[in-house]
Amino acid sequence: MSVITAENLTKRFGHFVAVDSVSFQVGPGEIFGFLGANGAGKTTAMRMLCGLSKPSGGKGTVAGFDIERKPEKVKASIGYMSQKFALYEDLTVRENIRLYAGIYGVPGKLIGPRTDALLRRLGFQKEKDTFVKALPLGWKQKLAFSVAIFHDPKVVFLDEPTGGVDPAARRQFWELIYEAAHGGITVFVTTHYMDEAEYCDRVSIMVDGKIEALDSPQNLKARFGSESMDQVFRQLARKAMREVD
Amino acid sequence: MVEVLGVHKKYGKVRALEDLSFRVGRGEIFGIIGPDGAGKTTLFRILTTLLLADSGEARVDGFDVVTGYRDIRARVGYMPGRFSLYQDLTVQENLEFFATVFGTTITANYHLIRDIYDQLKAFNSRRAGKLSGGMKQKLALCCALIHKPEVLFLDEPTTGVDPVSRREFWEMLKRLKAQGITILVSTPYMDEAVLCDRIALIQHGRFLRIDTPRNLVVQYPVRLLSVKGPSMFTLLRELRALKGIRSCYAFGDSHHVAVEDELLTPESLREKLRAMGHEGVEAEYIQASVEDCFMELASTGAAS
Amino acid sequence: MNQLPVFVRKEFHHILRDPWTMMMLLALPILMLVLFGFAITTEVKNAHIAIYDPSNDEATRAISARLGVSEYFSVVAELRTPEEIDSIFRYGDVSMVVVFSDGFYGNLVRTGDAQVLLVADGTDPNTASTLVNYATVIIASYQQELTPLGAVPFRIHSEVKLLYNPHMTGAYNFVPGVMGMVLMLICAMMTSISIAREKEKGTMEILLVSPMKPIIIILAKSIPYFVLSVVNLATILIMSVFLLHVPIAGSLPALVVVSLVFIFVSLALGLLISSAVETQVVALLISGMALMMPVILLSGMMFPVENMPQPLQWLSRILPASWYITAVRKIMIKGLGLVSVLKELSVLVGMALALIVVSLKRFRIRLE
Repeated sequence: MSVITAENLTKRFGHFVAVDSVSFQVGPGEIFGFLGANGAGKTTAMRMLCGLSKPSGGKGTVAGFDIERKPEKVKASIGYMSQKFALYEDLTVRENIRLYAGIYGVPGKLIGPRTDALLRRLGFQKEKDTFVKALPLGWKQKLAFSVAIFHDPKVVFLDEPTGGVDPAARRQFWELIYEAAHGGITVFVTTHYMDEAEYCDRVSIMVDGKIEALDSPQNLKARFGSESMDQVFRQLARKAMREVD
Repeated sequence: MVEVLGVHKKYGKVRALEDLSFRVGRGEIFGIIGPDGAGKTTLFRILTTLLLADSGEARVDGFDVVTGYRDIRARVGYMPGRFSLYQDLTVQENLEFFATVFGTTITANYHLIRDIYDQLKAFNSRRAGKLSGGMKQKLALCCALIHKPEVLFLDEPTTGVDPVSRREFWEMLKRLKAQGITILVSTPYMDEAVLCDRIALIQHGRFLRIDTPRNLVVQYPVRLLSVKGPSMFTLLRELRALKGIRSCYAFGDSHHVAVEDELLTPESLREKLRAMGHEGVEAEYIQASVEDCFMELASTGAAS
Repeated sequence: MNQLPVFVRKEFHHILRDPWTMMMLLALPILMLVLFGFAITTEVKNAHIAIYDPSNDEATRAISARLGVSEYFSVVAELRTPEEIDSIFRYGDVSMVVVFSDGFYGNLVRTGDAQVLLVADGTDPNTASTLVNYATVIIASYQQELTPLGAVPFRIHSEVKLLYNPHMTGAYNFVPGVMGMVLMLICAMMTSISIAREKEKGTMEILLVSPMKPIIIILAKSIPYFVLSVVNLATILIMSVFLLHVPIAGSLPALVVVSLVFIFVSLALGLLISSAVETQVVALLISGMALMMPVILLSGMMFPVENMPQPLQWLSRILPASWYITAVRKIMIKGLGLVSVLKELSVLVGMALALIVVSLKRFRIRLE
């Protein structure tokens, strides 16, 4: 039973076709990497799946809900972490957790124990009353991810979550993703760090709005005779016509 | 060219830099490698005379950073972390401005920036704010070079830049080195570390090790294995729980496992894992990368 | 559905934790109430007046005494010759001169009519009419007393003459004020924002790590706004003269000199502000709120300072704009020359020097 389905999903802005008839399916507990250069259409596609943008054509479902007809239900069933983390800098760690828990309708009784469990898992017990702006970047990111899945969604969408973060922190972040996926949450992540593609179960590579490749990193490397996803991407990117801007 | 001795710097209670000492020779590419918040930017700001250290000494091209700041400022090129050029001036205008600020002209030192500038020429009259990330970095580099500095300080010059441009950037640095310019560059990217002559690994304001990349890798204390299998997450957890394993980190499509117990060979490890229910596991010896060395040193090295 | 209370709570957090917002929300209303309550009064008290009394008889002395005793007036001079009327307006500090006719009482008794001339400074038409009204009332009450019951009433006619602004045009009053405000706005606000912008965007870092001396950065930041201000000055003057028909009664060079000094003061103020702030928003807030508000309310451009309580009057004297506006009024409206604004000029020059020295010292050559 697929958690995410896309069937010829298209998005047009005037004459410009940002997303050109993409199709794929993602199963439960899968880590699905959505790769591509900037401007290839990744973010636009993701927004459609999150119910943030109306498709110009094609269909899609997330957690069983049609993205065009029931976007509100989609939003309530997913977790979302944007590029800029979306944590309130002038609130404490605990206040942020409480806020998002409230927004996503986590029952009041559960908030306390779940918060404690989260803080323990991240090792943040001492920081629970620290303002988020005082946390190092890597910690903010881990917190933002944990907050995004606090309400146990079926799917979590991550939009370039590791931008600007150093490799050590990125590794820890991916371990969190592993854990979430192991717990049954489907993780849909966009990134332009090709080495992170290796962490995924399957990846799709978008070029000029179309999906040019969709498979596990291993298979892709074998198919293109490359040693790294970086090389696979560069071979595909050479065909790109859009300016990498 | 650059001498640092016992530099300390505190921000309130936070120790940004602790007892840093090192030297950089003329014409060297010296990399300062470490995660965010390690102190790289603070160090650079002290060396470019923008901040005063709490204690210790530092000299750039023979001038003291405190008393000789004017001489240093006339001789160094500086590229701070964020893109710090004038977004609403064009490429050409930015270059001319910085040339003039340093009392020179674009033509005077054109040979230095030629290779880089050739790629920018097509965008000469475009506003800097409208360039792509990679282009901005190239422009910033040109502006830092236009006055023929003795030393270049590049603070995380490739952060946020696509991999292709990153590679090109480092090619340019090598060519600059060939022209005799000393380069100090900070980066969180371990794969860029191997491109430097010598590197200093920094964490929590302290240097873990200063050496050439090669020496660093050769001195990795234990054997390193790469392990991969179908269920990576459980694999990770169970490997960490095994006796004789020093550390285990996720590295993309495989886990890097540092083994202390010599008896844990790839074959014996595979057996152990099969016994725990993991089929189809691949394991082999690998050479440590700079990143492996960093993780190793960071866990055993100076904890602050 | 506890989304709403949760979100509302978050909003309160944001507000309470931001000192600037708190200041705006709580301190500002109090400040405004105080200022508007005390500073803004259209009532006139203790206005300085002078009396020219050639008769010096029973009636004139009685009227003069009543004027002097009244809380509205404060007689600061008794003039000896008619020529002194003009000079006391120009060089002195009176808002009105009461001129009695020769042989006042005699005329009154013999013919039943006598004349009083009220000469008022028409620069601020509102104050002028208020003063004239008060004086007229006082004279009328004396007239009332004088008339025995049942007899033909004595009549004391008051004639009114407005100096400098015969048509009671409001523009005379506010043009100097606008000049002060605009110049201060352009120079102080824009300069401070411009430097703050360099700091905010990070380009200041690069400028510092270069051979460029701080003084050059400061000059480069100030010169464009200096030029713009001169252009604005010219524009305002041309428009006042030709569009609003407010003439420049005095010497134009004097006006220009005073204005240039004021521009320097404002630029230096902008520099000072920028040395204390890190972001453009704060620069805007400080130069907007902390500068403009007091200038508008306390500099005398809209409301006469003489009527404000002492503490506010002292505050008014700290503002460079007050001195400038006074000087401009003297030159433009009263037609005086450089010599008579020496006091204002030296104060402004002193302020300019002090501010420039302080800002230069405060300009940080390092990031901390």
